[in-house]
Formats: sequence, C-alpha cells, structure tokens
Amino acid sequence: MQIKIDEDLILLGLKGKEKEEILSQMADKLFQCGYVKDSYKSAVIAREKVFATGLPTASYGVAIPHTDIVHVNEPTICMARFEQAVDFVIMGEETETISVKLAFMMAMKEQHAQLGVLQKLMAILQDQTALAYLAEEKNKRDIKSFMLDKLGIEEK
Amino acid sequence: MMDRQKIVLVACGTGIATSTVVGQKVETLLAANHVNAKVIQCKITEVGSYEEQADLLVTTTILSRAYKIPVVKAVNYLTNINPGKIDQEILDALK
Repeated sequence: MQIKIDEDLILLGLKGKEKEEILSQMADKLFQCGYVKDSYKSAVIAREKVFATGLPTASYGVAIPHTDIVHVNEPTICMARFEQAVDFVIMGEETETISVKLAFMMAMKEQHAQLGVLQKLMAILQDQTALAYLAEEKNKRDIKSFMLDKLGIEEK
Repeated sequence: MMDRQKIVLVACGTGIATSTVVGQKVETLLAANHVNAKVIQCKITEVGSYEEQADLLVTTTILSRAYKIPVVKAVNYLTNINPGKIDQEILDALK
C-alpha cells in the first residue's frame, strides 16, 4: 500500500510543553483523518517511553515516533513543527535527551514495502537544506509537494 | 568447505521502521565485503528466540538485558554520523 501525504497531517506551530502532549495531538489528528485506529494513540505514547525516537541531526532534533502495524489502517506520515522545542529521549539511549523541533509520526502498515520511503525520510534528516526549509516554510501545500518529492511518492 | 553462514539479527522496537533501514545497510555492507551472512529483522523483544543460532545483534534501541552474542548499536546509521565506525564494528564482530 502506498504511503499518502495529507495536507491535513501537516501541523505547523503545534503547541505542547511535554512530548506526551505533542504525541497525543499528532495521534488524534491521524485518528480523525482515519489513518489509524483509536488504539494507536496510547500505543505510540507507550512505545515512545520504552523505545525513544529522538534523533540528533546537524540542524536540530527530529523525532520519528511510531508503533505496531496493527494500530494502523492506511500508511501515512504526520509531520509536526513545534511552536517551541520539546525534549525527547534519544533513540538507543536511556535518559539522554535532545531538543526536538520537528516530528514525523509514522503510521506504517507493512514491514518491507515502505523501505524506499523510510530510507528517503532518513535522508531528509541528513539534508540540512531540507531541514531548514521544513523549519521555516509556512505554506502547507508547498510542504506537501516538497515531502512527496523528497520521499519519491507519486500522487495518484 | 565454505564457512558456516552467519546470522545477523537487526532489531528495533517495532521491527518495522528503523530496523528496515538498518537491515538494508547491513545487507549492503556484508555483500560488499563478501561476508557469508543472513540478516534477520525482528523486534528487540523477539531477539531471545533467535539468539541461540545468531552471531551478532545490530540494534537501534536501548538494551534491556545482556545478550549472549555481540551487540552493535546502529542509531548512527539513521543519522549518518560516523557510519564507518558501525561498519567496522559489524565486520569485526563477524570475523
């Protein structure tokens, strides 16, 4: 199943002081738009506590929260830019945190089919020009086109 | 006689996202270095069922216990910060 990029899932200036507030709002949006089941929210919050997803990049911290495929209806990625940076624990670390400004909440449906998109998403994290664009751009439609292009997704 | 094929476990929290990306990197690395090894992708909680026959665990998560096999942490494969160090650790562990 092809991953969709939905303008309604591009959240700019998302408010929240704690990562749970951020994750909760992103998961609610995914649920409202029908991409995930109602069980996704608690699952993604619980998983972030055990398996943190904060990643340091050359520009700023980026988180890639996600959870098991059983909670997902249709694969997509919800992007949120935070009003203010929020601390996330770094992936693979117990307590060390990173100040995160951007999150890609992934709703994944199959194990291997999305390899190409995942690899390209990781490439964005290594692309300072792309990160600078995503930190500033105000037009959601433009962000959507940018993401489709960067992820190599052709909209049907 | 050929060496026994080695088994490399690649694990993350869900077994779907970061382990997919890291698994691909490991497969490419092993092929480029002519290492006879098979990659098995799994959740970190499933490692126990493969541990006996595996030679190496490559993971992006925290380690909740000690393992009988060598462990290489591979988060930097995702951020591309000094990936050469991980390459070397994996190759050394499979010598």
